[in-house]
Amino acid sequence: MSALLDVEQLMDKLETGLKDLLKERGIESPLVIGIRTGGVWVADIIGKRLGVEEPFGQLDISFYRDDFSRIGLNPKVTPSSLPFDTEGRDIILVDDVIMSGRTIRAAMNELFDYGRPASIILATLIDLGARELPIRPDVAGQALTLDAAQRVKLRGPDPLWIEIQSADQ
Amino acid sequence: MTANAASPNHLQLTRDGQLRHFLTLDGLGRELLTDILDTADSFIEVGERSIKKVPLLRGLTVVNLFFEASTRTRSTFELAAKRLSADVLNLDINTSATSKGESLSDTLLNLEAMASDMFVVRHAQSGAPHFIAESVTPGVAIINAGDGRHAHPTQAMLDMLTIRQHKGGFEGLKVAIVGDILHSRVARSQIRALNELGAEQVRVIAPGTLLPNDVESLGCTVEYDMAKGMKDVDVVIMLRLQKERMEGALLPSEREFYRLYGLSQEKLALAHPECIVMHPGPINRGVEIESAVADGPQSVILNQVTNGIAIRMAVMSMAMGGQVAERQQKLNEITERGQA
Amino acid sequence: MNGNDNNSGASLKITGGRLLNGHGDEVSNTALLIKNGRIAATGAKAESADADQSVDATGCVIAPGFVDLYCNLREPGNGQKGNMVSEARAAARGGFTTVCVSPETSPVNDSRAVTNLIKDSAYVSSPIRVLPVGALTRGLDGELLSDMSGLTAAGCVAVGNGSRGVSNARVLRRCLAYAQTFGLTVMLRPENQSLAADGYAHDGLVSARLGLLGIPEVAETAALMEMLLLAEETGARLHLSQISCGRSVEMIAEARRRGIAVTCDVAMHQLVYTEDALSSFDSRFHLRPPLRSEADRQALVAGVRSGVVDAIVSQHLPHESAAKQAPLPDTEPGLSSIESVLSLGLGLVQAGELSLAELVRALTTGPASVIGVNATLEQDEVADLCIFDPDAQWTPSRQSLISAGHHAPALNRSIPGVVRHTYIEGREAWVSG
Repeated sequence: MSALLDVEQLMDKLETGLKDLLKERGIESPLVIGIRTGGVWVADIIGKRLGVEEPFGQLDISFYRDDFSRIGLNPKVTPSSLPFDTEGRDIILVDDVIMSGRTIRAAMNELFDYGRPASIILATLIDLGARELPIRPDVAGQALTLDAAQRVKLRGPDPLWIEIQSADQ
Repeated sequence: MTANAASPNHLQLTRDGQLRHFLTLDGLGRELLTDILDTADSFIEVGERSIKKVPLLRGLTVVNLFFEASTRTRSTFELAAKRLSADVLNLDINTSATSKGESLSDTLLNLEAMASDMFVVRHAQSGAPHFIAESVTPGVAIINAGDGRHAHPTQAMLDMLTIRQHKGGFEGLKVAIVGDILHSRVARSQIRALNELGAEQVRVIAPGTLLPNDVESLGCTVEYDMAKGMKDVDVVIMLRLQKERMEGALLPSEREFYRLYGLSQEKLALAHPECIVMHPGPINRGVEIESAVADGPQSVILNQVTNGIAIRMAVMSMAMGGQVAERQQKLNEITERGQA
Repeated sequence: MNGNDNNSGASLKITGGRLLNGHGDEVSNTALLIKNGRIAATGAKAESADADQSVDATGCVIAPGFVDLYCNLREPGNGQKGNMVSEARAAARGGFTTVCVSPETSPVNDSRAVTNLIKDSAYVSSPIRVLPVGALTRGLDGELLSDMSGLTAAGCVAVGNGSRGVSNARVLRRCLAYAQTFGLTVMLRPENQSLAADGYAHDGLVSARLGLLGIPEVAETAALMEMLLLAEETGARLHLSQISCGRSVEMIAEARRRGIAVTCDVAMHQLVYTEDALSSFDSRFHLRPPLRSEADRQALVAGVRSGVVDAIVSQHLPHESAAKQAPLPDTEPGLSSIESVLSLGLGLVQAGELSLAELVRALTTGPASVIGVNATLEQDEVADLCIFDPDAQWTPSRQSLISAGHHAPALNRSIPGVVRHTYIEGREAWVSG
């Protein structure tokens, strides 16, 4: 089974949610950083929608994963790229899907190795629940509950679409 | 009939083709070599951050086991291990300790008792890291930091990284390696890497006494005349010349060597105008290379040092990753068998 | 050989085997009758005879006992690397009934006392005939003549330099001239020491790739040419031991054409393995002379076929395991090979590189003629023989090897050729399982 969620709709919700939050916190010039690979695509779009002028950053969390001791190193790691100074800045950290929260833990550890940001807002397109760490998105496009056998994946970058796969297929 | 011994790759690769030791470039394919270079690129980015450290090898112990003194190589390995968050133990085992009667096997047993996870080995004898990889407990990764005349794979890979940074890739490249090929583990690994990565031509330039028998079989052409050999090359790699070579009747004098095979500005002018100059160091100025060339605009010798740390971080984390993945796989298999 | 002769008076009948007599003659499904340590009858006459004991050799080859011109039984020595009990029994298991032991014992066999020590030890502990080779120079140092005449009187069958060189050509010339005085056979391994230097591998493709210190072919051929010229000049009986190069075979063939009294041997593993065996630094294959190129290997095999190479030797050199457990250059050279010689040879037969008759010749009549002994299975000859099953398999391993040296060429994999029985003068020296 492969169901389609409307990416546009989720982006709209994310955009609205973020705008509200930025306004509420009085943040005027945030930086946008996406987590590879899906998060980078979302960061690209959201950054433009929010009118962020600086280029978005890209994080590859391979060096920070907590499962190195079980699966080793990702053989296709690419360099992280933060083309700006993060010290004292407000950051919107973007990923496509949040579930256990482990990716976000790794991403935040990595972020702090670049400097001390003023704040981090977490934005994800989809929130699957099933958290294993005390981490939650500040803004999410949609909350979703899947069966144990189902997986969700953002495909892209052009066009972007969401695929829900059943493992038994 | 061939000997029933494991090939180097049975030793250094997991069943899935991941690194678990890094002993030689022999038998490693282009894809894996490219993965090493790509991973190193990511570590170069890490080196530009305010905190130049990643938590990959946190809680693991890396032992730098140097049976042959080398402050430079040992320091870059040490720094690489520390930037991977490993605990590092430096052991300089000079040859006199081994002559006291303790065999290498006994030394290893003692070190393993310290629960080490990785040995970085430098040894004067070709094949020593192989021997250690065959002898150690499974799960311990061995990295070759230079063995005899055999291989210096991390040095060769950092050189490849330097070449890729300056030339974009290897297709169509003409590379000259000049000097003492016979005694050079660096040259052997470089020739292997350049061939695997697709360089168009590797030329070795040296007098007959400094070339091994059948050197062409390594994948290179031989040129005795440096002026001919330098023509149109994109990269020239100068090798270090040891002073002992005069004593073994391999060369008449340093002066004659420099006159014939030293890299001067005149000889460099024969190469491609954008030719880069490399040297694994430490440099003997006025023996292999003129100072003006070593410090000149075409020299990338200092880049090589920076790249050394990144390559070593890449290789260490990949080999350790292969070891842990393999260990986990075995555990899973045992669990599955237990459940079946 | 031990003095236990309780069954030498008894008769033994061997039936059903395929008899190979070492000259290439072959008789299938025949019988052999042994009485008083000699062959009493063959063929139908043996078949119909009554005997105290009989052995069914169906499916097996009956061959003369093998003769080894070069091995090390490590006695006298410090015992760590092997001793007469372990190594002579390993040889019997390999089908050997006569072995010539290298003078490179500890102490070196350069005196009657050491020769007698070897003979006494063999008398007590060896199931097979052990023939000492005396040192050509005192202490094998290549400087002073040994007491060659005395050594021969004490029982040495030849004199030689073991695996060490006589680097001074003047000394070598005098050694040959002196040996010639007594008609002695001089066994020399050709190696120019200054050319071989610190090498431990063939100077070729593999040493170039792995950065191993090479021993060039010319280290052997230069020394060999010098030896041939000196033998020609002095008239000494020269036996070139453990050659490794194809070029050497050519040079020896040419010397023979010129009428020089020269014979030669090659180690079995040189016929089977090449420099490739060192590709992953396997210290077992650290050998002296080194394993050379595939072209050399083929030329050596061709030399055995043509008869230029008279004999195949084991070059058995057992070590304690620590001697082989180190980085390749730091290990000691040599294989524990004597139990595997036949199996490696049968591998060559299976591959069509040698005929069984050529193999047996090079292990029996070939070497026997070099030291002037008999190795044929004919009426009234001494009953030294082995019975082997060429199709049965065995697996050399730490547990299965008899030798104290566990560095056998094939390890933990099945190889063809099991020696069922070895008889010396009609007495059983080995019986399998």
